[in-house]
Amino acid sequence: MNTNSNAQTDTLSGARIDSQAAASSLSVPRQFAWSLRRELWENRYIYLAPLTVGAFTLFVFSLTIVHVVRKMHAEMALDPDKMHGALAAPYDTVAALFMAVQMLVGIFYCLDALYGERRDRSILFWKSLPVSDTITVLSKATIPIIIIPLLTSALCVVTLWIMLFINSAAFSVTGYSVSWLWSQLRLPEMSVLIVYHLLTVHALWHAPIYAWFLLVSAWAKRAPFLWAFLPPIAIAALEKVMFNTTHFLGLLGYRLAGGPEGASGMDFPIHPGIHLTPLRFLFSSGLLDGFIFTAICLAIAIRLRRYRGPV
Amino acid sequence: MACIEARGLRKAFGTNIALDGIDLRVEQGRILGLIGPNGAGKTTALNAILGLTPYEGQLSVLGRNPWRERDRVMCNVSFIADVAVLPRWIRVSQVLEYLAGIHPRFDRAKAEGFLTKTSIRQQSKVRELSKGMVTQLHLALVMAIDAQLLVLDEPTLGLDILFRKQFYDSLLNDYFDHSRTIIVTTHQVEELQHVLTDLMFIDRGRIVLNCSMEDYETRYFEVMVNPDQLAAAKALRPIQERQVFGRSVLLFDGVDRQKLSVFGEVHTPSIADLFVAVLSNKVEGTKAETQGQRQEREQGPVQ
Repeated sequence: MNTNSNAQTDTLSGARIDSQAAASSLSVPRQFAWSLRRELWENRYIYLAPLTVGAFTLFVFSLTIVHVVRKMHAEMALDPDKMHGALAAPYDTVAALFMAVQMLVGIFYCLDALYGERRDRSILFWKSLPVSDTITVLSKATIPIIIIPLLTSALCVVTLWIMLFINSAAFSVTGYSVSWLWSQLRLPEMSVLIVYHLLTVHALWHAPIYAWFLLVSAWAKRAPFLWAFLPPIAIAALEKVMFNTTHFLGLLGYRLAGGPEGASGMDFPIHPGIHLTPLRFLFSSGLLDGFIFTAICLAIAIRLRRYRGPV
Repeated sequence: MACIEARGLRKAFGTNIALDGIDLRVEQGRILGLIGPNGAGKTTALNAILGLTPYEGQLSVLGRNPWRERDRVMCNVSFIADVAVLPRWIRVSQVLEYLAGIHPRFDRAKAEGFLTKTSIRQQSKVRELSKGMVTQLHLALVMAIDAQLLVLDEPTLGLDILFRKQFYDSLLNDYFDHSRTIIVTTHQVEELQHVLTDLMFIDRGRIVLNCSMEDYETRYFEVMVNPDQLAAAKALRPIQERQVFGRSVLLFDGVDRQKLSVFGEVHTPSIADLFVAVLSNKVEGTKAETQGQRQEREQGPVQ
């Protein structure tokens, strides 16, 4: 647009006031760390939401544990597979609940991250500080892609372990074998699997989804939620009408379902340990495509933040 | 060297020209008042200086290009937009901690010192503070940054007169020294008259007046003239005539004080009166040029 005229500006005045000295003490890692901290101050739901889910889960679980044990007693005669299912069901549900919360929190965060600061005009304050748009956008991308999955998987694992201890206490009181319970649930393996699943599928594989939401958040002048969801729907509809195909929808579904890890991720607690295929995952072409898409979205978002002011 | 230097600074929003090729030079240690009607281009000019908007033409702030190097320029530039830009969710203690974390020139102890003089508590969130307190907080933050340029865009908008007075007092007493530069825009011109060292009027994207306050006091005079002397006084080509209590007050640009004193008592006009005179001449179009500008056209720019 006007890069040429801007380029001449540097020659306008040769000498530079001692801002050089100050600029050199701008530490990027330090600014990045403080930017992350700032995001957690502003968006406390990032940790409050999974904490609430954990607390609520434990509360409900402790209330119903007696019922669970009684039900198990009734099904004692049944075959071991159903037995295992009855035991593991609450654990499955809780893990799925945490993952749903993680995605919701991530999407909610992204849509507001670069839009909210323009809506409340605080962008004028943030831009009056020596923090570059690149640091700002990358720190905001780190929250849904790394921080939220890490935090959620940690809280999820802690919750599951507390559930197991409550379960064990109930078993020992009612005279069932605690070691049998532990052998059935195999929580150590399950913990590893949950962390693995959240970090591969929900962090790396879903990164382009969050990057898209961040881009919309940086771009939209209003209603970022609509702008985030309408274009994909429109593209899918257009494709269907014009070519009568559903490639785009298939692509989206594959991305959302978790790609090569997707199908196996859903029923993990039943047979834990057999789905860990990190190499297959890391070298899948979909992952690389996703990273490229992520990088493009974030680069545009950085540029947009430079141009955009309050809405 | 100049703190801000612009040549042919231009910015258009579609067909609406906000800045129409401005040339500007602000030296270090000045307090410049940028005065203009709504939509004159003041905020656009400040946004360009702060690296918030792209522009055409050449602009250098502290020797750097503000659009391409905003983060570096902002090490040495502070900015208060208007009262509403501090994020409402943040706690006072958090904003202090954050600034200490990211700003190489922020002195937290200094900011806390300023805050103890106010009734702002560190545990409060910005949303819990009154409008005046938010401005006090922002001023305390900005004064604790060892910057070379401070830009204030309507900093006291919507504040009562006590807060406004206090704002400029602490700015002058606790912050300003002659190595710093301040640019301020405001509609409450009269409160700034004794604060400024330089004055600039801007209208429809152009600078219509640019002079130092020293020049201002030797160049602009206002005389209340008796009706019988009105014709003689008007022969000296006042730039504006207005009626006060039925008598004519004439405003002169560049006319010798001695010559004017025969008509009555000579005053330095208020900035507000001069502003109205210069702007209404612009609107009328007949007396579109002040003497200063005529001089400028004939002899080149007056520096």
